[in-house]
Amino acid sequence: MSANGHGGMKLTLDIWRQKNASDPGRFVRYQVAANEHMSFLEMLDVLNQDLITKGEEPLAFDSDCREGICGMCGFVINGSPHGPTHGATVCQLHMRFFKDGDSLTLEPWRAKAFPILKDLVVNRAALDRIIQAGGYISTRTGSAPEANSILVPKESSDIAMEAAACIGCGACVAACPNASAHLFTSAKITHLGVLPQGQPERYTRVLDMMNQTTAEGFGHCTLMGECEAVCPGHVSLEVIPRMNADFFKGSLKKRDPKAVAGGA
Amino acid sequence: MSVTTKDAVIASGPSRLSLFWMSTVGKKVLMALSGIILFAYVVAHMLGNMQLYLGIELINGYARLLHLNQGFLWSARIVLLVAVGVHAIAGIELWINKREARPIPYRSKENIQATTASRTMILTGVIIAAFIVYHVLDLTVGVAHAGPYVHLEAAGNLITGFSHPLPVVLYIVAMIALGFHLWHGVYSMFGSLGLSHPRYTVGVKRLAALAATLIALGNISFPVAVLTGLVHG
Amino acid sequence: MALDSRIPGGPLENKWSERKDHMKMVNPSNKRKYTVIVVGTGLAGGAAAASLGELGYNVLNFCYQDSPRRAHSIAAQGGINGAKNYQNDGDSVYRLFYDTIKGGDFRAREANVYRLAEVSVNIIDQCAAQGVPFGREYGGTLANRSFGGAQVSRTFYARGQTGQQLLLGAYQALERQVATGQVKMYSRHEMLDLVLIDGRARGIVVRNLETGKIQSFIGDAVMLCTGGYANAFYLSTNAKNCNTSAIWRAHRRGALFANPCYTQIHPTCIPKSGDYQSKLTLMSESLRNDGRIWVPKKKGEQRPVDQIPEEDRDYYLERIYPSYGNLAPRDVSSRQAKYRCDEGLGVGPGGLGVYLDFSEAIKRLGQNVIAERYGNLFEMYERITGENPYQVPMRIYPAAHYTMGGLWVDYDLMSNVPGLFVGGEANFSDHGANRLGASALMQGLADGYFVLPLTVGDYLASGGIKKADTSHAAFKDAEREINTRLDKLLGAKGKRTVDSYWRELGTILWDECGMARSKESLQRALTKIPVLREEYWKNLKVPGSGNDFNQELEKANRVADFFELGELLCADALDRNESCGGHFRTEYQTPDGEAKRNDAEYAYVAAWGWKGENQKPELHKEPLVYEKIQLATRSYK
Repeated sequence: MSANGHGGMKLTLDIWRQKNASDPGRFVRYQVAANEHMSFLEMLDVLNQDLITKGEEPLAFDSDCREGICGMCGFVINGSPHGPTHGATVCQLHMRFFKDGDSLTLEPWRAKAFPILKDLVVNRAALDRIIQAGGYISTRTGSAPEANSILVPKESSDIAMEAAACIGCGACVAACPNASAHLFTSAKITHLGVLPQGQPERYTRVLDMMNQTTAEGFGHCTLMGECEAVCPGHVSLEVIPRMNADFFKGSLKKRDPKAVAGGA
Repeated sequence: MSVTTKDAVIASGPSRLSLFWMSTVGKKVLMALSGIILFAYVVAHMLGNMQLYLGIELINGYARLLHLNQGFLWSARIVLLVAVGVHAIAGIELWINKREARPIPYRSKENIQATTASRTMILTGVIIAAFIVYHVLDLTVGVAHAGPYVHLEAAGNLITGFSHPLPVVLYIVAMIALGFHLWHGVYSMFGSLGLSHPRYTVGVKRLAALAATLIALGNISFPVAVLTGLVHG
Repeated sequence: MALDSRIPGGPLENKWSERKDHMKMVNPSNKRKYTVIVVGTGLAGGAAAASLGELGYNVLNFCYQDSPRRAHSIAAQGGINGAKNYQNDGDSVYRLFYDTIKGGDFRAREANVYRLAEVSVNIIDQCAAQGVPFGREYGGTLANRSFGGAQVSRTFYARGQTGQQLLLGAYQALERQVATGQVKMYSRHEMLDLVLIDGRARGIVVRNLETGKIQSFIGDAVMLCTGGYANAFYLSTNAKNCNTSAIWRAHRRGALFANPCYTQIHPTCIPKSGDYQSKLTLMSESLRNDGRIWVPKKKGEQRPVDQIPEEDRDYYLERIYPSYGNLAPRDVSSRQAKYRCDEGLGVGPGGLGVYLDFSEAIKRLGQNVIAERYGNLFEMYERITGENPYQVPMRIYPAAHYTMGGLWVDYDLMSNVPGLFVGGEANFSDHGANRLGASALMQGLADGYFVLPLTVGDYLASGGIKKADTSHAAFKDAEREINTRLDKLLGAKGKRTVDSYWRELGTILWDECGMARSKESLQRALTKIPVLREEYWKNLKVPGSGNDFNQELEKANRVADFFELGELLCADALDRNESCGGHFRTEYQTPDGEAKRNDAEYAYVAAWGWKGENQKPELHKEPLVYEKIQLATRSYK
């Protein structure tokens, strides 16, 4: 095992470089040496160290926990969000999945709702705004009943947990041919909607969150499943029909927004 | 003290129904509902035409039967027209919307598990729409008919039409498009309406593929039958 | 300076009620007249910002990430303790309190820890009501697991993602307040300085990381919930961008820094694979519930791992600590792993690793059960190492993980600077010299939901806060200082990158002030760090400009603070002539290698005051007075 960062494989990277939101951006080609034990981001760290030493602008990319859970990292490698292995974030991708001489294209998430800030860094505030629209259970600190007074069937709890595993990275949007955020929004709707605690707001939540999703400029869902295939949280496509059902029901049964207003 | 969030966010605005139409989910629900009508029609239409194999008289009689009650006929036509209209308008709006949702395309984009059918819905949809117009002009109105057109002589018109190569080619292409469209459409219809459960998903997918294949093949059998002389005047 | 911890009188069990009963209150309709600045959106910051918003205060909330949901609390895997006694195994508030005090090697403040144990039950209620998908029994009640350092089963969990789910609960509560306008959220904004007016904490200066703009914000109180400083070691389990700058800047403005030498090294991390390594990945210590830790008995063992027979394996934790076995607390387990590797018995590259073996558990319970319990951790391990832990034992090695030290705070979690509150890992208060598993989440949420929203109110209601705005000279001076500092970092135009210095600093700290420390090693560190720091400011190479999205500049500024903090860490470690918890001085150990405390001389909190660059920090002592418990030798045998 080589202890040296610059190890056995040489890669050609075509990376999207864009100085800021107004710069049109372009692909720039880099050669980098890597070894198979590095993570993909460590390979980019090595590239950046070289660029800085050479006096060039390093590549901007987001990452934080580097454990696959915070959702900060993510870009598209050869047309695949988070890279070719699927089901984990790019910080969990290791160079042993590549071979010497590989050519890779690195692009940012591409969606109108995710404006590019710099290079591979995008603004995902749209996802926060979707949560603001209703992705919570309205309970005040201190007002909670004794935890075991709310019984949650294990199956509901499991479904909620599987949906709640979403890390908010935006790969679903990046993967979707329609740039849809349905998997993200439906995951939260499912998480809260299957729990007894989430029932009082179940239908207003789905309506508000989905309307916000549309307003943010994400596309529609055609259940192709590309999102599910790349999701690092392994959120299942099944959350979307579940959301559709609640949306349909909610649209039919809830009063118009105007009618509920006025209680502030 | 505390503010009720809901009120602050959406204190006033459009009604639930207009929000329903404005949202991508609502449009998909309407596409699914109109899709059900259109699917049922396509099935009925094909089964009706199957009478061709039971004898020319039978199918001509069937055509006359449908025209017996003009009220019924036009009600059906209006329902179908509205369904097509809703389906097409929603579909086109969603398509425009999705193009805007990703203004800069990827240099390369890997396709992981999306089927060809699911990725070509707009294309097959447009082919089908164009075909419907042609089909009505060909066999209902008669102005685009390749041979001599005789009102309510369903079998005769079919045979004269399919004796020409162009209508046959157009027809077969359109039915292949219809097969693809239904293959994904029937499956996603369940999803859009929220009628989905992991246990049945695989079954629904298979059923959709089977229905799409049967419908495409069943419809394609008509020109083939005419061309091979299986059905003749 | 006399440190007043303001611990309420009365019996330990009544102190928190006593405090709450006599707090000054802000009238509900007056709350909107106050603004509280909260830095950080993790469990402590997110929960505090949300709760303060619910109460009706105006809250300005800041985080360096692109979304508040990404704070590093999200990475906690195992669980959260709560003294619910749902298992009927004899748990109680007192027992959780005592376990935490004992786990902290009797170096934590009794009253704070008792309060923590007390509100732990409210936390579980709160989170369940928010919809946190805790593990459940088939009957629908909450499930528990046991966790390192405890003999009862009191840990609540959401699969292997407990921190994530608790954080999302707080984040959702926070976003609800953002939607009402009660909380204003500033993501990708990093705090670079604390501003004091008339001796009170009144605001912060931040850098907008997207545009590089330096901006001031004023409030009536400032709350720092900005996490710990384990990234001073460069390689740690913390997120890449975790940093000490917020609390370090506050320290330079007068806030005392308490017990910096109490750093926790986590025993179950994936070993380092090369010098390009950017971070170390932790695997939940819940793995130790079923995994057995061992090394080969003889040095230079050449046989493949599956051919080493039982009699040639040393299950050293089970051997040395028969009653706790593989569940011995973190500091103890880490140190034992280090001893084995020092003895040359380590496994894997460089001999820096020990085995964590599941073969016996798989035989006993079946692969399915193990997969259900730890499937995601096993997957993660395989992704990173390329080895399948169902077939070969995992290799693990300790890594810097958590810092018990932090800004000094009183019982109300207010620092010695009036109006400056500190919550979560950023303060020093609850874990003493070592933190028990599943207690970090508990402390973050206790501070955020149940302590800070009340104590801040008491401070605000006490009056004396004068009207001011950001045109005040104190803000202008702070902005100027920051600009000068950033210009200096950018202007050095030297030869070495930030990372190269950071790695070197981290190596010094790890080697000289890591799992084991000695007078000599600490003196070495204290000679090396200032030299390296001098060079850093002269020979640093930071590309780009300050008026731009510039990740290297962000890092350069953080590392500059790690240098100063690193020095204080070593100075504190040198000053504490005893071993306790995560602070292990090789000179002070029992004959069998356990930590030897010196209660007579060192039962105090060491709170350090900043005296200026290159000046010796000033030591203030807060004696630790135990009213309820007897100091005992911590034994897990």
